[in-house]
Amino acid sequence: MKFPTRPLALGLLALGFSALIFSRAQAGGGHYYPPVADPVVKEECGSCHLAFPASMLPASSWKRMMGELDNHFGDNASVDPEVARKITAYLVANAADTGGQRYGAKLQRGVDPASAPQRITALPKWVREHREVPDWEWRHKDVRSKANCTACHADAELGYYED
Amino acid sequence: MKFRLALSCFALSFHSLLASAGPLEAQLATYATAAKAANPAFAGFSAARGEKLHVTNFALGKPDTPACTSCHGNDPRAAGKTLTGKLIEPMALSVSPGRYADPAKVEKWFKRNCNEVLGRECTPLEKGDWLAFVSSR
Repeated sequence: MKFPTRPLALGLLALGFSALIFSRAQAGGGHYYPPVADPVVKEECGSCHLAFPASMLPASSWKRMMGELDNHFGDNASVDPEVARKITAYLVANAADTGGQRYGAKLQRGVDPASAPQRITALPKWVREHREVPDWEWRHKDVRSKANCTACHADAELGYYED
Repeated sequence: MKFRLALSCFALSFHSLLASAGPLEAQLATYATAAKAANPAFAGFSAARGEKLHVTNFALGKPDTPACTSCHGNDPRAAGKTLTGKLIEPMALSVSPGRYADPAKVEKWFKRNCNEVLGRECTPLEKGDWLAFVSSR
């Protein structure tokens, strides 16, 4: 009996092709950051700006931020201690280097967690991903702030930050 | 039987009385007491004064937010927008019923927003006037 070379080769080709597609799809999945699921965190961290996903920063960053809420990027965003404790616990448990590993790891490339970065928009990967956005677009009246993710990423609230 | 009917009528009317004196009314009463203590001539809150507070360009807090209307917009019945693009529910009670049902939340936002616009906390008089303004719309 002759060995069925052709069907086997075709099968392998199909398998290789789907693997390629699959890996690309996974790469696209790198732009998914699970939205905040905790109602308290969503309310307290999502009134003034989008409740940024915990997986966008390492745990050290969230700890530092929650300790400096009286000067939160220039605003006094203090919350009462019990609420702060709950928020910190959630953010730390779902941070880029803890629970959110699968999603947030890429965004942390070139970042030393010990430095506890505070601005998501200053992470090297973030800067690289947005390098083609011209200045006038940032100044556009519907954008105005780099923290205004939803202005361009329509599905940011759902966790998708595609181009 | 008659007695029980009377009792349940009483209970019902008492209940509706409680319902009308909701958390917002209770909070206004607290502000009124404090306003009276600060100024014995205090004669009630004014929606007109509240509106003036709402639209005045104070520019005493953060440069980005000289007035309440910087984020809330000029029409209290329309939604506002924060500087980072987050929508803010309309302030007018007629459009957003239940907006002021949580006194702690109301206090939290007075504290934050008064600091951002006026560079200080608001007085009980200002808070009461402002609540009278949004309740009237």
